[in-house]
Amino acid sequence: MARRSRSVEGLLPGAQPWNPYAYTMPALILMAVMVVYPLMYGVYIGFTNMSLQRFFEYDLIGVRNFVSILTEKELWEVLVRSIVWTGVNVFLHVAIGLWLAILLNRKLPGKSIIRVILILPWAIPQYIAALAWKTMYQHDFGFINLVLKQIGLSPVPWLQHPQWSFLAVILVNVWLGIPFMMMISLGGLQSIPKELYEATDVDGGTGWDKFRHITLPMLKPVLVPAATLGTVWTFNTVNVIYLVTGGGPGRSTDILVSYVYRAAFDFYRYGYAAAFSLLIFLMLMIWAVLFVYRNRADEGAY
Amino acid sequence: MAKRMRVSEGLFDKGDSPLKIVAIYLTLLVACLISLIPIWMIFNMSLRPDQSLYTTELSFIPSGATLENYRVMLFEKPLLGWMGNSLIVSGTTAVLSVFVASHAGYALSRFRFYGRKSMLTFLLSTQMFPAPMLLLPTFLILSQFKLLNSFTGMIIPYMATAVPFATWMMKGFYDTIPVELEYAAAIDGATNLQTFYRITMPLAAPALAVSALFSFMTGWSEYIIARVILTKAAMYTLPVGLVTLQSAFNTEWGRYSAGALMTMIPAMALFMAFSRYLVGGLTVGGVKG
Repeated sequence: MARRSRSVEGLLPGAQPWNPYAYTMPALILMAVMVVYPLMYGVYIGFTNMSLQRFFEYDLIGVRNFVSILTEKELWEVLVRSIVWTGVNVFLHVAIGLWLAILLNRKLPGKSIIRVILILPWAIPQYIAALAWKTMYQHDFGFINLVLKQIGLSPVPWLQHPQWSFLAVILVNVWLGIPFMMMISLGGLQSIPKELYEATDVDGGTGWDKFRHITLPMLKPVLVPAATLGTVWTFNTVNVIYLVTGGGPGRSTDILVSYVYRAAFDFYRYGYAAAFSLLIFLMLMIWAVLFVYRNRADEGAY
Repeated sequence: MAKRMRVSEGLFDKGDSPLKIVAIYLTLLVACLISLIPIWMIFNMSLRPDQSLYTTELSFIPSGATLENYRVMLFEKPLLGWMGNSLIVSGTTAVLSVFVASHAGYALSRFRFYGRKSMLTFLLSTQMFPAPMLLLPTFLILSQFKLLNSFTGMIIPYMATAVPFATWMMKGFYDTIPVELEYAAAIDGATNLQTFYRITMPLAAPALAVSALFSFMTGWSEYIIARVILTKAAMYTLPVGLVTLQSAFNTEWGRYSAGALMTMIPAMALFMAFSRYLVGGLTVGGVKG
């Protein structure tokens, strides 16, 4: 498809050279005012000691925020946890989403109702979903532990124990993110010509062969950009962790962004939080450049 | 026998054995249950006669179930006012975002112009800056323009949230529409804008629908920005209003849940109505062509 539009080397008939600039103008003005300017302001704040006490008379303090972030004892632990969080989440989003999409991409009575039910987690505002899950994780009265007790298992300290809490927030986020990847995969699957699979049938290929040699390569141009976006979104998700565990117990479920969010809005260390955000942004940019170019995701994306 | 074969051929894929079909249904049934349980939890809490959060009951409908919480939310609390505010904000955000994104996406798909690649990269990179940190500068900008406590002051940041992804998606979808269709119209002397509006935009209806849905949901479920911008109770949107029901010591869980459920219903209805567009219209890359 990229090839097709590349055939438009010159201009479309009837088009003027200024057309693309006129079409993109509203978007660019919006993004310049609401993203670029705040971002630059954020960079500036990152070099100051702005806080709630010093909201108006803050000083430039050079790279002191960056030094104190990089020498933070917990930094590496939180960084590793963010990477695990992102990796596990995105992997499960794509794997389960694709799996459900493959199950649904066939003749199956009732599949449109099933599809609608499976999309629902996406339709629920995150602050409501997070709260519902939080009550389900409650130790003595939560739904999950009540069910576990019913079937004779011992209750799990979902929100009291560091590892269980981390599992708990991952489960919530996986639940929230599957529908998006499922719909992306379904759209991609439907555009794969059936004849490709029939050819494999003739050659006596198994289901796994079809998946590996047809489905995955054909879906790559759809899944790679979606997974790239998913990674960035997951890495920057505050809602779930902040609302379900608040980063606790202790700081055991904090990832970088929830850590920043609490530094800014629970402890009012604006300068520090802005510097931290800048580091996160740079990290993601470097990752994206490496990943996008390695996977040639731009083939599909550009 | 032959007859029954034909029936089963009609209902299921040829390659699926009965055992496989049972396994598929079982898997999907479990998936549907997992998908629905948290929603059922909220429903269950909303029917409880007291405002308690916790009970050891596991029944589908709680004992002493009552619609009292719904009555209170609809007639005694300003839920309908919050819902009206949310509808105005989210609806306007959706319309304007689709307008902006459909045009930008068209230029990025159909033209090769100076700055195109940087624009695409820029749109992607806006997703990488931790959103909460744009909050403080955004607040300062809006207060300079005297847009606090106004619908405009909420619609603009929501558009900035929704437009990058919507633009990428629109561009991905236009890429799948053969450009030859536009040549025909252009030969008849139409300007590019006319061609775009008459030929390409109608064909992109699924992607327009999905962009609209996304942008609407951005406004419908956003809490963090709204909490900072809105201080007048009459301006509250649903998320901000619902959270006022949670106080540190005495949250009215039943009422909160009733309100949450009524917040979810319009969103779920939209998703259901749009679900057929979601399959084809959601394109961030694209294999068609």
